[in-house]
Amino acid sequence: MSADVIIILTAILVSTASALLGSFLVLRRMALMSDAISHAVLPGIVLAFWVSGGERATAVALLGAAAAGLLTVTLVEWLSRTNRIKNDAAIGLVFPALFSLGVLAVSLYFRNVHLDLDAVLYGEIAYAPFNTLEAFGLNLGPESLWIMGTLALLNLLFVLLFYKELKLSTFDAGLAAALGFAPGALHYALMSLVSLTAVGAFQSVGAILIVAFLIIPPATAYLLTQRLPVMIGLAVLVGAVSSVAGYVLAILLDASIAGMMATVAGLLFALAWLFSPVDGVIPARSRRARQQREFAARLLLAHLAHHDRPVPVREVLEEFGWSPAFLAQAQQWAQREGLIAGDPHGLRLTARGAVLAGERP
Amino acid sequence: MIRPTTSDQFSPISLRPAPLEVRDLTVAYREKPVLWDVDLVIPEGQLCAIVGPNGAGKSTLLKAVLGMVPRASGTVQFFGQPLQAVRRHIGYVPQRSSVDWDFPTNALDVVLMGLYGRLGWFRRPGRAEREEAMRALEQVGLAAFAQRQIAQLSGGQQQRVFLARALAQNSDLYFMDEPFAGVDAVTEEAILQVMHELKGRGKTVVVVHHDLETVRDYFDHLTLLNVQVIASGPLEQTFTAENLKATYGERMSLGR
Amino acid sequence: MELFLAIFTDYTLRNVALGAALLGLVGGVLGSFATLRRQSLLGDVLAHASLPGICLAFLLTGVKAPLVLLLGAGAVGWLASLLMLAILRTTRLPEDSALGVILSSFFGFGIGLLTFIQHSRNSNQAGLDKFIFGQAATIVGEDVATMALLGGVALLLVGLLYKEFKLISFDPAYAASLGLPVRGLGTLLTSLTVVAVMIGLQTVGVVLMAAMLIAPAAAARQWTNRLSSMIWLSAGFGVLSGLLGALISATRENLPTGPLVVLTASLISLFSLLLAPERGLVWDWQRTRANRRRIRLERLLLDAHVLHNHAELTPLSLAQRRRSTPARAKAELEELAAQGWVVQRNDHWELSERGHAEAHRLEQAMRVLPKTLGPLVGGGMGGAS
Repeated sequence: MSADVIIILTAILVSTASALLGSFLVLRRMALMSDAISHAVLPGIVLAFWVSGGERATAVALLGAAAAGLLTVTLVEWLSRTNRIKNDAAIGLVFPALFSLGVLAVSLYFRNVHLDLDAVLYGEIAYAPFNTLEAFGLNLGPESLWIMGTLALLNLLFVLLFYKELKLSTFDAGLAAALGFAPGALHYALMSLVSLTAVGAFQSVGAILIVAFLIIPPATAYLLTQRLPVMIGLAVLVGAVSSVAGYVLAILLDASIAGMMATVAGLLFALAWLFSPVDGVIPARSRRARQQREFAARLLLAHLAHHDRPVPVREVLEEFGWSPAFLAQAQQWAQREGLIAGDPHGLRLTARGAVLAGERP
Repeated sequence: MIRPTTSDQFSPISLRPAPLEVRDLTVAYREKPVLWDVDLVIPEGQLCAIVGPNGAGKSTLLKAVLGMVPRASGTVQFFGQPLQAVRRHIGYVPQRSSVDWDFPTNALDVVLMGLYGRLGWFRRPGRAEREEAMRALEQVGLAAFAQRQIAQLSGGQQQRVFLARALAQNSDLYFMDEPFAGVDAVTEEAILQVMHELKGRGKTVVVVHHDLETVRDYFDHLTLLNVQVIASGPLEQTFTAENLKATYGERMSLGR
Repeated sequence: MELFLAIFTDYTLRNVALGAALLGLVGGVLGSFATLRRQSLLGDVLAHASLPGICLAFLLTGVKAPLVLLLGAGAVGWLASLLMLAILRTTRLPEDSALGVILSSFFGFGIGLLTFIQHSRNSNQAGLDKFIFGQAATIVGEDVATMALLGGVALLLVGLLYKEFKLISFDPAYAASLGLPVRGLGTLLTSLTVVAVMIGLQTVGVVLMAAMLIAPAAAARQWTNRLSSMIWLSAGFGVLSGLLGALISATRENLPTGPLVVLTASLISLFSLLLAPERGLVWDWQRTRANRRRIRLERLLLDAHVLHNHAELTPLSLAQRRRSTPARAKAELEELAAQGWVVQRNDHWELSERGHAEAHRLEQAMRVLPKTLGPLVGGGMGGAS
């Protein structure tokens, strides 16, 4: 396998693992909790490196690092339950504190070791091809592929196995509890997987940019569809496209790979925001213009219904404060629908228009 | 400046234009109209209820009239003038649930907010304003709670603080959004007392209300609303089984 | 003490301490409004989003003057907040997701630009990355002056518009009914938060900025129920964190200032959450524990009272009644004795004068309780009545 392929494959695995979980984070309004988790695993990772002797962290130690993510979730939830501070403030209180501890530890004890602040920021996915996994004297290929492959598979299994429960507890936690689905346990399972994914992806994309993979593709998909399975599929797709395009861009500009992947994901989000047939700004605008026209026409009908005589255009304009162009649009639509008729003295209702004006909207 | 009104519904006896006159008011959120072609004249010096089912647009009517949501069409006049000219003479009591009661402030402070409009930009309230706010608190029976943090007040007391804030504005026209929702008997009594006192001083009070059983006892004037105005006028004329049926549909009956 | 005096003598330390204190001051004041308006994390987003602004300002102008870079940061941060609001207004996307999208895409773009600059030019670019985690040691007098100017303008505006900001934070609907331009004032407050972020970029950096807006305000809220005192306290806590953080970082090499300032602020808020009078959680736990103990003792006394009146009060009889062990029942009797409610006579126990009085008082009190509480106090009451 060439180095390019390995890097792109790693990125796609990171984005897939993230998008699967991220879809539920977005729907459960826990997007910022994942931000907190991704920051908070840093002290855990530092500790894991320290426990494993500073050169490379062992798998067990990394599992421990994921526990730091869970600790954050627990702390935030506990703090907001005390009613002393609001939930968002609780998040903003916990993760900077933990992250500060991590940064302090890195700058005190790990100067020039295998963990530096650049890696914390944007990972070292470019080195993915060179860190290989060896076992039983065999070279098993790049370590990152193994780690992220396992995580992607784990997350996929979780979503497939608990799809029904996740869906129910996402939309109606109360009902899920009443049906005995233990939404609490599911919540912590999801948070554990997010923590694990954040730790696993740390080496590739860093602590902060993992949020881009967890949140942006699902948020993009959210704007494109209202069906959950479609949303998850689209999120995975958007993540993969961002990975490939981001890599190409990074090579062209000689810039951070993870940073450019997040940038492309952001651009895809912007495209969905502008053009999505479901929620896009531009389709919504033309839809709204059409609705406004029809709405104005109905107002016009109601107004004309109050009068037995044709109403001069000037009077209508004064009454509603519309521009002549807007009235012309509304009038055109209503005339095409056969609801009003022009008259030398102004506008009047047709028989059909009179019937419609009498109806409740 | 007071302009003569053109409304044919307007009572010819009074010399002053009505406190509130709404013509052809239509409001739409997204595509659905929430209020449709509302015509409404509120007579001076009366206690007026706006009643209708959930989602009928009662609160929206208040907000649209006060310029807090955009209107698709229609005109609103207060004492024959546009909103900007009379803003300071209009008191608004929002729903209690619309604010965070854990906000770090006390009852007196909230009432003082009623005087912010009169103070204008940059100026801070002083001793005179404080005394005025205390008087408003006394009126609703909460003088002893002036320094109490607002979270430590009961729901009814919180509602009365809101009422005191509107009183401090010393307005001619009051709008209250569901003041009787979820309050205790003492508060209900206190609100009623204040309303009657206001009426005694010639003020006009418009209340969004949803308890049909008390409408007859509390109010003089009734507007039945369900997107459109179903009926509006003196209570004895509008509070009829037929009108209620038209407002609420078949299942609602008088008195229950 | 010697270290403290060094603030006045050591040029670098003085600048660092001033910078951190200014950040604490402005962050504390604006953070108070942000947390009360439920916009705590908007500061986090603004801070992350300002990174590409720094890079763009450098790319466009080629200079590294602090004011230029900070203005670039502020402009892009401000743009990000407008984009955020536009997304929220036009889509169904939940607020936290919108925050997450803006935060991570802008930050990713910033990282991309930063590495692009680092790789494409070799001179003059060094030092842009200091804005990520902050690098207080590089703050010079000119930087402090810039910060003071920005902060001064922000604080002046808050002072002038205090009454209006308070009203739109507490009750925006009512503020609108008074004719205040609620949306404009809200945007102004957010813009002032951007200024606070700009001040913090060199000291704590974009990643940790959120803490300087949230921690002092969250701490201050625990000590007071008035907005004006909360703002003063929050500013004070902010300044204290800045100074302490700067001092501690001066004690050793390789101790970055930003994380220390943030940790100090976090510790102050933890302390406040636990121990502030009235709202402190420790007092809450103490009250709950004392209440639980009192109710348990009262239940115990009523059981003892029944046994005393109708049978014999011994550890064994009490254990049977309460379905526990004689050893535990004995311990419980000793607890009652410690209250002065029972006394031991040879092998059995008796209610004291005070115990009788207390038991009667409790029974009286329970009779007045509404019926719904009946089953809860069940058991012992049956025998007594």
